[in-house]
This record gives sequence, structure tokens and C-alpha cells, in this order.
Amino acid sequence: MLAALRHRYGILLVLAIVIAVLPLAFPSSYYFRVASLVWVSAFAAIGLNILMGKAGQVSLGHAGFFGIGAYAVAIGPTHLGVPSLVALLLGCLLSALLAFLVGRPILRLKGHYLAIATLGFGVLVALVITTESRWTGGPDGMSVMKLTLFGWRASGSDTWYWITGGLLLAGTWIALNLDETPTGRAFRALHDSEIAARVTGINVNRFKLQAFVIAAVYASLAGSALALMNGFVNPDQAGFLHSIELVTMVVLGGLGSVLGSIVGAAVLIMLPQVLTVFQEYENLLLGAIIIVSMIFMREGIVPMLSKFMMGRRA
Amino acid sequence: MTCHSHFKSLAIAAAIALPLSGLSIYSPALAQQTVKIGSVLSVTGPASFLGEPEDKTLRMYVDKINAAGGVAGKKIELVIYDDGGDANKARTFATRLIEDDKVVAMVGGSTTGTTMAMVPVFEEAQVPFISLAGAIEVVDPVRKFIFKTPHTDKMACEKIFENLKQRNFTKIAMISGTDGFGASMRAQCVKVAPTYGVQIIAEETYGPRDSDMTAQLTKIKGVAGVQAVVNPGFGQGPAIVTRNYAQLGMSATPLYQSHGVASKSFIELAGPAAEGVRLPAAALLVGDKLPDGDPQKKVVVDYKQTFEATAKQPVSTFGGHAYDGLYIMVEAMKRANSTDAKKVRDEIEKTKGFVGTGGIVTMSPTDHLGLDLSAFRMLEVKGGDWTLLPPGT
Repeated sequence: MLAALRHRYGILLVLAIVIAVLPLAFPSSYYFRVASLVWVSAFAAIGLNILMGKAGQVSLGHAGFFGIGAYAVAIGPTHLGVPSLVALLLGCLLSALLAFLVGRPILRLKGHYLAIATLGFGVLVALVITTESRWTGGPDGMSVMKLTLFGWRASGSDTWYWITGGLLLAGTWIALNLDETPTGRAFRALHDSEIAARVTGINVNRFKLQAFVIAAVYASLAGSALALMNGFVNPDQAGFLHSIELVTMVVLGGLGSVLGSIVGAAVLIMLPQVLTVFQEYENLLLGAIIIVSMIFMREGIVPMLSKFMMGRRA
Repeated sequence: MTCHSHFKSLAIAAAIALPLSGLSIYSPALAQQTVKIGSVLSVTGPASFLGEPEDKTLRMYVDKINAAGGVAGKKIELVIYDDGGDANKARTFATRLIEDDKVVAMVGGSTTGTTMAMVPVFEEAQVPFISLAGAIEVVDPVRKFIFKTPHTDKMACEKIFENLKQRNFTKIAMISGTDGFGASMRAQCVKVAPTYGVQIIAEETYGPRDSDMTAQLTKIKGVAGVQAVVNPGFGQGPAIVTRNYAQLGMSATPLYQSHGVASKSFIELAGPAAEGVRLPAAALLVGDKLPDGDPQKKVVVDYKQTFEATAKQPVSTFGGHAYDGLYIMVEAMKRANSTDAKKVRDEIEKTKGFVGTGGIVTMSPTDHLGLDLSAFRMLEVKGGDWTLLPPGT
């Protein structure tokens, strides 16, 4: 199984098996709910990882795109009479367009400047969502119409488990394939050295922008899926803390590792649920676990583990 | 392997194993001897000023009820989760309460956001849910299994407008916060104003973290004919409005604050500028000042003493909401002499004349809140403290 994880189809196969087999161990639909949350967050994290891990750019405002996706499926059907699925696509389109327009100027920035600029973008989106209460329901959020496909209504934790699981599988497949394309290789070149990449004839700005748009679409889709699953949205989903959570998932799991994003999301979603037994020490422990894993697994959980396993064999 | 790398692999193993093992812990409910009441509160995070006293109140009074023999022959087992103010987390915990802990009732939901996220879960599972959130959306439209205890922002508007009417004021200005509380109350005030013959002739807003509202107030000052100013808001914003208001020499026009600032810290923050400010508030805030004949006096004073003695912190109305919710639930169980979710729901709806910290509650199939305007007392700040306004002034 471990050897399988070194090949991209191996990863996909293992993931598919995990998604298919997990429900057999679930005693109640609460577990379906937690697992679906993991799949959705993992999906967003994979997208962000393309930007951060592969192309080496940072985004502290990524929840902004998540929020756009979420509110697209909330506002579309409620206020504009657009079917959920069309609204979802419109949300992706809007996110891509915004990422393109915003990304053009701000991706020329580097390091802290880029971090602040993306952070500003995220805050702006959250601000608009909070204040335009006529459309968005304001700070308390709004409810989302259930997804209906040809007369079939998607509801229930188990249904959404399969939908989000399928989505994650597709997202993983695309991200893994991207690695082997010229675009993926250009991203990696960018990551290692921008100057070297430019010298070899890579259009640095274009590829940065491409990674940013891809990541935005991933986040937007994840936002739409979560909103449809929950049946409600609120501005927290576009908020700064959510952006940080997404970044933490990517970094904790392993920058540049698709599998790492899934593991990172799983850890961050499941820990608060597991730690409830410790009551008031919950947040303390959550922080401690993250600090410890960042100190001892600086490259992230998955890259560190795979190195560890290979080291053993050698 | 060196000692160092041993520790390293141990830490890795722990980090991986912990989430995996914990999730599979599955405890079957001890349904025979205990009745499980669930709660999801915002004990930490930005709304902790709500969740924390609620959490303390619930634990405190469940112990009391259990010491007195429990309810319907069973001891109460309280399951509390902290959502940190995050609606998405609240939703997950709600599912967990229903699916995993198998609670028969729920008292919780500190904010409107978290409550609204949890409502579908309890409606679907047909488990009664008494919310502690403020906004009217929780019980309007009425949902079969959803109730709430705190008075609504709509009632606060009505109480203020009632007072305006008594003073023959018809033209007012409004300055409201853009946070959840301010935005929701502003909308309600705009809606009920015509019923009281009140015209809002100027409107301004401010962000929840703004530190100066002089500009907005100057604009209001420039509008001719404003007889009173109403400030729906929460937290520090209203205190700054009150200070700026005095600085601009506008004190001749009466200023009304909302129940959102009904705590001692508002007077401390606003200082002398708070003199003469009026606001609607629950009886709990002025418990010792209530006349002896007041029906709420005993409950309010008792709760205040119990809470302050146990929690060692000043009482807040939010903890009072949890007290009301818990006792409405427990009394419904006693009346039903059962802990069956549907029977309990029916009895909650029949709650009549329940004297709580928030007011006297009489529910009906069309009213899942059960409070009227008498739940609010009109207060005025005088000499750095709250004073009860006699009716009709």
C-alpha cells in the first residue's frame, strides 16, 4: 500500500478505497458529516497547495474565494432564480475572473507583500458579504436551497459523503495530473527559483496567475459544496480565520504534497471533535499538537512520513 | 536510533494515532437512569461573553436539579460542546448530539448564526431545541421543535418606541452598528417604526471596530427636527457613540441605547457622558431595585446570588437566558412526566406563566418565545448607575 502511494494512480486508488470502505466503520451519520467536512476542506486545501506548494506563492485570503463559491449557491437560487448547479458554475467563473483581475497586479509582489495583499483581498470579500445584508443576510448569514438534480434532492449526511468524496477524487486526480504537465513543471521551476525559471523562458507572471486562478476555482467549488451540504452560509466562511485554517492544512500536511493536503484537512477537522473529551484544555491541546508537529515535521506530515518510511527501507 | 529520533517518531505516532483513535470512541447512552440534555455554546471565541456565563449557569443548575432528585425520576446528564462561535462547527456538534450522544432535548446556541445553523438538524430529528440567541428569525416563522428564551431585538425597538410615544417624539435619527446585532435590530426598528407613528428622518451606520463616530453624529446633528436618537448596537461601539454624543453637545436630544449594552461596563466605558441615556433591559440587571411586589423579583435575585456566589463574576443577562431555557425544559419534562422528545416538545409549547429571569413566559403554538413587552424595563443612567424609570415617563 505504501509503495502504491508513490505512483499517482496508486494514490488515487488508495483514496478511492478509503472513501469506499470508511462508511462500513461508521456507527452513525455524525461520522458521515465529519468525513464530508474533511473531503470538502481537503478539496480546497489541494487547490491552495497548487498555489503554495507547487508554485511557491502564498495566499492568506483564500477563504475569500471559498466565500464567493458559498454565497453564489446561496444568492443565485434565492434572489436570482438561477438553479443551484448553474449558480455553482457562475461562482467558479466569478472566482476565476476575480482571481485573474486581482492576481495580475498583486502576484508581482513577493513574500510578505504578497501575503498582505492577498490578506487584504480576503478581508474585502468578507466585508462585502457582511455589509450587503440585502443580498447576503448580513453577519448572521442566510439559508441555502437544497441542490436538486432532475427532481432528485441531495440531502442527508451520507448522500453528501459520496458527493464530496467524488469531488475530492476528481480534484486529486486533476492535481496529480497537473504535476506531469508542462504547466506543473513550470510551477515547480517557479517555486525553486523565479529568476532561473525566467531565464529558461518561462513566463513567470503568467504561470503565477494560472496557479492563482486554479486555486481560486478549487476554493470556490469547495465553498459551494459546503454551502449546499450545510443548507446555510455565513460570512465566517469567507473570513480571515478560515483562510488561516486552509493555509494550516496545507502546511501541516505537507507543502506540495496532494496527499498531504488531505491528511492536513483530516487532522484539522477531526482534532476539535476528538479533543472535546478534554473540555477546557481543548484549545490548548490543539495548539500544542500543531506546534509539536511543526517542530518535528517541518516539511509536513506526509513528506516527513514518506521520508521516514524510505529511510527505514534503506 | 538516537534518543532524539526516538522522541521524534513517538511524536509523529502520537500525532497520527490520536485523531484516529479518538473518533472511534463510542459510548452507548445510559438511557435508563439518566436523561441526556445537550448544549452547543460559544464558550470560547468572539462570542464567549455569551457562551461562558451560559455554560456556567447550565452546569451549576443541572447539579442543583440532580441534587434535588433529578427530573421525572432520572438524573440529568449534560453534554456541552464549545463551537467557538463558528456556525459550521456548531452544525457538526448538533449532528453529534443527535446521532452520537442521542440527546432528548437541547438548550443552547449562543448566537443567531450558530442557532440558525443547528435548527435544521433538530427539526429533522424532531428533538426540542430551546435557543439562547437574540434575533427573531429563530422563532419567526414558528418551527415545531424550536423555541427561544431571550427577548428579541424587535421587542427592544418596540419598548424604545413606546417610550418615545409617551414623550410625544415622532421624528428620530438612528445610528446603528453593522455587526450582527446592530444590523438585525436596525432592520426590526425600521419595520416597527410606523406602528408607533415614528419617523426615522436620518440614518447612519458604523463598523463594529470603529473608534470614532463624530462624523456620523455631526451629520445627524445637522438634520433639523430630530427629537431623539436611537443607537442599536453592541459592545464598545455604543459607548463611543455616547461619548461623542456628549462631546458634540448633543445631550439636549435624548439618546436611546439598546439592551445590547445593558451591562455595567457600558457605564464605565461611556463615563459621565452616559448620564440621561435610556435603554430597555431585562429585570435581571436591576434585580435589587425592583419593588418587592414585582413577580420577577424573587427569581431574579436568587439567580443573581447563586451565579455570583458560584461563578465569582458579575451576573449577565446571557446566563439568565440559559437559566430560563433549562427550567422551561425541565418543567416541561416534569409536567409530561416523561423524557420522550415529542411529549416534552408539546409541554414546552404549553408553558404558561413561567417566571424566568427574562420575563414571564407564556408560550402557544404560534408563539415559541412567549414574552411580551413587560419583559423589558426602561432604564435611565443616573449618577453612574441604572435607575428604573417609572411607567409613563
